[in-house]
Amino acid sequence: MFEIVESQMIVPNLHQLTVRAPDVVQDVKSGQFVILRAEDEGERIPLSIADWDAKAGTVTVFFLNVGATTSKLAALRAGDSIPTVVGPLGVPTEIDNYGTVLCLGGCYGIGSIYPIARDLKKAGNRVITVIEARSSYLFYWEEKLKTVSDEMFFITRDGTRGYKGHVPRLQEIMQAVGGEIDRVIINGCTFLVKLGSEVTRPSGTKTIVSLAPIMIDGTGMCGVCRVTIGDSTRFACVHGPDFDGHQVNWEELLKRRKMYFNEEVVPLHTSRCEAHSAEISG
Amino acid sequence: MPDKPKPKRDLNRRDMPKQSPKVRRQNFNEVALGYTVELAREEAERCLQCKNPKCVPMCPVEIDIPGFIRGIAENNFAQGTQTLKNKNLLPAVCGRVCPQEEQCEKGCILNKRGAPVAIGRLERFLADWEAAQGEAEIPKLTRSTGKKVAIVGGGPAGLTVAGDLIRLGHKVTIFEALHEMGGVLVYGIPEFRLPKAIVKREVEYLRKLGVEIRTNFVVGKTRTVDSLLEEYDAVFVGSGAGLPWFMQIPGENLNGVYSANEYLTRMNLMKGYLFPEFDTPIKNHHRVAVVGGGNVAMDCARTALRLGADEVHIIYRRSRQELPARLEEVENAEEEGVIFDFLTLPLRYIGDENGWVKEIECLKMELGEPDASGRRRPVPIEGSNYMLSMDAVICAIGNSPNPLIPETTPGMEVGKWGNIKADEATGKTSKARVWAGGDVVSGAATVILAMGAGRIAARSIHEYLMNGKT
Repeated sequence: MFEIVESQMIVPNLHQLTVRAPDVVQDVKSGQFVILRAEDEGERIPLSIADWDAKAGTVTVFFLNVGATTSKLAALRAGDSIPTVVGPLGVPTEIDNYGTVLCLGGCYGIGSIYPIARDLKKAGNRVITVIEARSSYLFYWEEKLKTVSDEMFFITRDGTRGYKGHVPRLQEIMQAVGGEIDRVIINGCTFLVKLGSEVTRPSGTKTIVSLAPIMIDGTGMCGVCRVTIGDSTRFACVHGPDFDGHQVNWEELLKRRKMYFNEEVVPLHTSRCEAHSAEISG
Repeated sequence: MPDKPKPKRDLNRRDMPKQSPKVRRQNFNEVALGYTVELAREEAERCLQCKNPKCVPMCPVEIDIPGFIRGIAENNFAQGTQTLKNKNLLPAVCGRVCPQEEQCEKGCILNKRGAPVAIGRLERFLADWEAAQGEAEIPKLTRSTGKKVAIVGGGPAGLTVAGDLIRLGHKVTIFEALHEMGGVLVYGIPEFRLPKAIVKREVEYLRKLGVEIRTNFVVGKTRTVDSLLEEYDAVFVGSGAGLPWFMQIPGENLNGVYSANEYLTRMNLMKGYLFPEFDTPIKNHHRVAVVGGGNVAMDCARTALRLGADEVHIIYRRSRQELPARLEEVENAEEEGVIFDFLTLPLRYIGDENGWVKEIECLKMELGEPDASGRRRPVPIEGSNYMLSMDAVICAIGNSPNPLIPETTPGMEVGKWGNIKADEATGKTSKARVWAGGDVVSGAATVILAMGAGRIAARSIHEYLMNGKT
């Protein structure tokens, strides 16, 4: 069993979970993920690693409360435990001295872009961090990100902070920064990483995206996480989760992501929450 | 004067009671119900107790087959069980999923006179009898040698190595990537063929013997083999064949196209058939095609039926005669209503506007000259293309070894299919103090072959630990 050290809703509907998993942090690198289960009857879900503490043996992840598993995770408190935290899985994000790197994060990606920005900074890059949300109250870890960024920008859909609109505003940010951007790295939901990749496609700026398709085992065994990259099929769990954003077949990925959309709503309303189902049936 | 004539030997194997096809199509309970005491004794009495039994050399783990059968015939089930477990720690599993007709039973002398002794069914009988007695007896362990062995993978190969080495006094730790022990026994083989409670019981037995078990631990990621070598005297890799093959034809990434591993893992390990009691979602498919002709294909097809599909097809490019699946499983599938489309090759999958598979374009085949495998080669019949309407496709054409360990273990030699190269007689790999066996070496094979490889490796590891020789 893996003990929950800290659990909180950091901004509306987005949860930060820190769990003791000493094996996972022995050799973890930025860009990797864990698979966890909320309970014995729970499914296995992949979550990007946002931070870790090697000494304490803890790992921190963020997740949006959307389905049965995430709502159960969200209900956990410090001192509770969960039956599975396995990792670190996936290939770490490539870290090198590229020159100027722009890191874009949205949603849970605001958290998981942090260790990547930190390592890029350590590797000598000029790090431009951009975070995106519907509104300014949905930002978090801003101070933490500042410590590893040379510059920070904000995009909000309602214009309450920074650039108003969506990821296409990234284009202007890249111009405002001045000088060449050598690499763009994007973490967040599929829609966000797709939009980001479209922004950099015309200029051909190398764009690395972290993909989060449906997974089960996370070790290459089941193949549900397959994505088309260029002409070939790759398994996001073992070949990724990072891929060249300009090579991803987005249409296919977005459809595959929605495979269990209907079924995900059902357990949310039936997962042994009788009061709630009584309420629904009236 | 000769003695009075011996009673004539009954050549008919005792049938094992099964759930009727109509009923079992509706549930996930075990299909075969097992022998009663009477049936088991009658079947055991058919055994000739050969002086030079031909069945034993056919068994990869060298079970004393006449010995354990004698126990049943003599009504001494405890004795029979002990004889059986001397060589096989997983008899309840093997009694159910071994291809006995290709191994022990093929050697049985009675083959020439009707039908072989039902060795597998008798093995299962004893294992189930023992379980019904309550706690299994824990054999006396030898004194600790102080040597430590790490085993990568909690499937049949790893479990065998663990069982053999712990009984020889070594300290054993199994590292398993999934949250349950058993490997393919828990994620791949359906409940109706191998109840998971049985696997649990056998794993529990190993735990009682003192085997340390670390689940949720991916060697190759959580720690490397090299890092394990710093702490352990030897490492055995039995990580299995965990990389599903696809045919590389158009439409394979459509929604509703599964690898057999995904489909079966969702169902077995993650208990999808108990959704929504369990959270892992599954889809209600009406027309399901399974591509392939092995045991895994049969398992997928029969699972799909039980989930309520109206029609389930097995699409296989050769004829019934060449089906690689066990005859018993083919017959079970037929009885349950699986439709076989022989001499058929899928060419591409066609999706609807939402990205879900809706049709398969197929091509009819005919059999030509035998190929390297000795089976007649399927040859396309030009212009025989036709469409099959299906809302799910399960690709059960095989797996290659999981690359995680070869990729993260420098100095470990691999073959052209990514399989770890290991000496057949010892299980030794090209890397010092590392042994390997099971599907990661052989490619996808059977439970008993993995166990046989485990036994060979355990012997060699023991030799090394005691004498420093390999």
